[in-house]
Amino acid sequence: MQMNDFVVRFAGEGGQGVVTSAEGLAQASTQVGYHALTYATFPSQILGGPTWTQARIRTEPVLSSGDEIDVLVAFNEEAYETHAEDVREGGVIIYNADDFTMTDPRSFGLAIDTLARSTGNNRAANMVVIGALAQLVHMPQQYLEDFVEARFRRGRDNDDEIISSNIEAMRLGRQNAAESGFVLGDLAPPNPPDYTQMMLKGNEAIALGATHAGLKFYAGYPISPATTILLWMERNLVGEDKFAYQVSSEIEAITAILGAGFAGKKSMTATAGPGISLMSEGLGLAWMAEIPLVVVDVQRGGPATGLPTKTEQSDLMGCMYPAHGDVRMPIIAPGSVEECFFAAAHAINWAERYQGPVILMSEMSMAERVQNIPRPDITKVPVEERLTYEGANGYHRYSGYELSPMPLPGGPGAYVANGSEHDEMGDTTHLPSRHIQMTERRFSKLKLLEEDNYESDNTDANIAIMTWGGSKGPAQEAYDELREQGVDVGWYFSMFLNPLPPRLLEELRSKDLVIVPELNYQGQWAGILRSEGVKAQAITQYTGLPFKVSDLVSRVKEIVSEQREAARV
Amino acid sequence: MSKKNPEYDFKWCPGCGDFGVRRALEFAMINRMEESGLPIENNVVVAGIGCSGNLVHLLEGEQPYGIHGIHGRTLPVAMGIKSARPELNVIVVAGDGDFLSIGGEHIAPQAARNVNLTAVIMDNGVYGLTKGQSSPTTEMGAITSSTPFGKIEEDLDPLELYLTLGVSFIASGFSGQPRVLARLINEGMNHEGMSMIHVQSPCVTYNDTYQLIKGNAKEGIAPALWDIPEDHDPSDKRAAEDLVRQGGLPVGVIYKDETRQSLDANMNIIRSKARERTVEQLMDAYTF
Repeated sequence: MQMNDFVVRFAGEGGQGVVTSAEGLAQASTQVGYHALTYATFPSQILGGPTWTQARIRTEPVLSSGDEIDVLVAFNEEAYETHAEDVREGGVIIYNADDFTMTDPRSFGLAIDTLARSTGNNRAANMVVIGALAQLVHMPQQYLEDFVEARFRRGRDNDDEIISSNIEAMRLGRQNAAESGFVLGDLAPPNPPDYTQMMLKGNEAIALGATHAGLKFYAGYPISPATTILLWMERNLVGEDKFAYQVSSEIEAITAILGAGFAGKKSMTATAGPGISLMSEGLGLAWMAEIPLVVVDVQRGGPATGLPTKTEQSDLMGCMYPAHGDVRMPIIAPGSVEECFFAAAHAINWAERYQGPVILMSEMSMAERVQNIPRPDITKVPVEERLTYEGANGYHRYSGYELSPMPLPGGPGAYVANGSEHDEMGDTTHLPSRHIQMTERRFSKLKLLEEDNYESDNTDANIAIMTWGGSKGPAQEAYDELREQGVDVGWYFSMFLNPLPPRLLEELRSKDLVIVPELNYQGQWAGILRSEGVKAQAITQYTGLPFKVSDLVSRVKEIVSEQREAARV
Repeated sequence: MSKKNPEYDFKWCPGCGDFGVRRALEFAMINRMEESGLPIENNVVVAGIGCSGNLVHLLEGEQPYGIHGIHGRTLPVAMGIKSARPELNVIVVAGDGDFLSIGGEHIAPQAARNVNLTAVIMDNGVYGLTKGQSSPTTEMGAITSSTPFGKIEEDLDPLELYLTLGVSFIASGFSGQPRVLARLINEGMNHEGMSMIHVQSPCVTYNDTYQLIKGNAKEGIAPALWDIPEDHDPSDKRAAEDLVRQGGLPVGVIYKDETRQSLDANMNIIRSKARERTVEQLMDAYTF
């Protein structure tokens, strides 16, 4: 049987090689031209704890982590018991025979560590697993050997030894799987992309995009799942005229980048929900005093400490209206690892363009998944600089109802960047006419961020799907399936949520119904769309996990038929 | 503001200590301009919220840059400015409520980083702008609008706090001596690291301490104010600790540690250890 899609879940205890096996399989596959995506969840503890990672390999680009598992690799008995029911009919379970035994007819044992040790390389355990998996789908041995060669050839004296022990580990895994008699089918040969690729996580894509756009200063506080951006910056955003470091709280992070933004540097921090709550007053100050900065919110689940290592899209209201008073923050929410790169570059550009705070909303499932993407051509991603004042003294920084050039400390045009309502020079005032002018000025600047481009498909349909952020992948896959099934729905997507591209908003308003899949209880984006005059209805989920494509397909069909029913009555 | 601004309606009460602090800061910035040849725009005044923070709008003459932000966050804002633009002279002005109560959490980390800034704290022992509530430096037992039966907490000794937290330059002064204060502020500006200039700046409306500070011979009140003797060695931490425990209001430099590097100097050491790469090179690490 020919297969175009291969989903493997690796489950066990943290530290057993769950993540390295999944990422190894994904790397081996992309190396030879397949597309891959891994989805990981971690326990919120330092060592051990139940953990699992899913790898999905396809001949076409991967949009979601896959609903059904073809193979479960259970590193311990608990993992088997927890995940066995998710294995599809006809699927296979590989259990770690070094750890436990069992008699499930769908399973065979693999003495993972014993086999690895027999090669003389204890660290080759994940290669034993990858070899066995390759056998189940008849992936040619040459693919695996090419991958091992590429991964371990680093010019060391013992390269040959390491490479041959890893290849031997794969051979042993393959042999054991062959002896088990299980076969899933033949994975179709890859269809290698004709462009240069990168393999990376969402957080790494954000870091790279921001760096490309000219980020100069980063201050952050550790918080899952945003910490990896801080660590990346502390390693890579250090050099002439740029710096990154850890500060003492999210309050310090937001106020420090505000100071740097005021002083003229492109600055950013990244955090998760609890940090957004602490940053709310600082975000209000940046809005009020018109200071460019970028805050990345890598969302996790729930209020308070919530679900630190799970995924959710429940910060949207909090990010759009984080502060007291009249504010509405610009929001960019990328829908894939690739979009994370462009979203970060846009966020830095937006902050400079309208001289204020911008929020980039990612989420745990995107931050921690590894995916192959086309390498962005950075020569095509413009870098914007703020309008600065370079005239003579006597200039009034907050003059008028629209954006005006920003003076920089050290140069002419000294003013007070004021968080109290202020006059043109930045002095505190309580005059109604000034509050009117300044409020209108601050909101008028959002117009500068109205973009023109967005995704759309089957725009004639009077019912459309418009998801946001990281639910894009599963929603897009569901949309493709719905269209194949002949369901007449349209598709819209924009990573720019505030302001929405005006043409898009107009189109959405013309629909009978806009269905909004989103990972929160209240249907936050659907609510915002309704306040904009769009007939929007949410499909919500609040499990801490991403959507399953099959769930979306059936829920959209249900809503569509209800709507058509109602239209007939 | 350089001239009278009719829209700006904030006023300090006549006799407020903050007038003297403003004068001292103006002197200090002019001195620095003359010494360094750098324009006034090279100064950034980061102001807290309260009566004292309004100093940033009330400065006369040539204007420096300013940020009048949110309550309690002057230090991290100043740190961000200094980290981004080490060539700027960064000055914090705040009161005891802003700096020691809501903003207290930021003193220790900025002292540890030894951020090269000069903080001028106007201590009047009360929340003036909100009309007379107790602050960390209000005396225990004092009756204020928020402590009708007496303040329940011990009062804080800011000088001891700064010493304990490792601030590398600590001076103490009085708003009634603007020339002396200006000298202390200039010495703080010239210090490579975090400088605290703690100033007694009385609130004539809610906590008038002028008589306690200056004394009143007729009424037999001895002045709390005393000049730090010339033989005090500010590099000696033990001597500084002994000095602040003597009570009263010392005037002069209490502590000065010139052996430590400031944040910007340490940032350059870190920079020298990092390998700088272009975005394309960084992307190569993920490319296959």
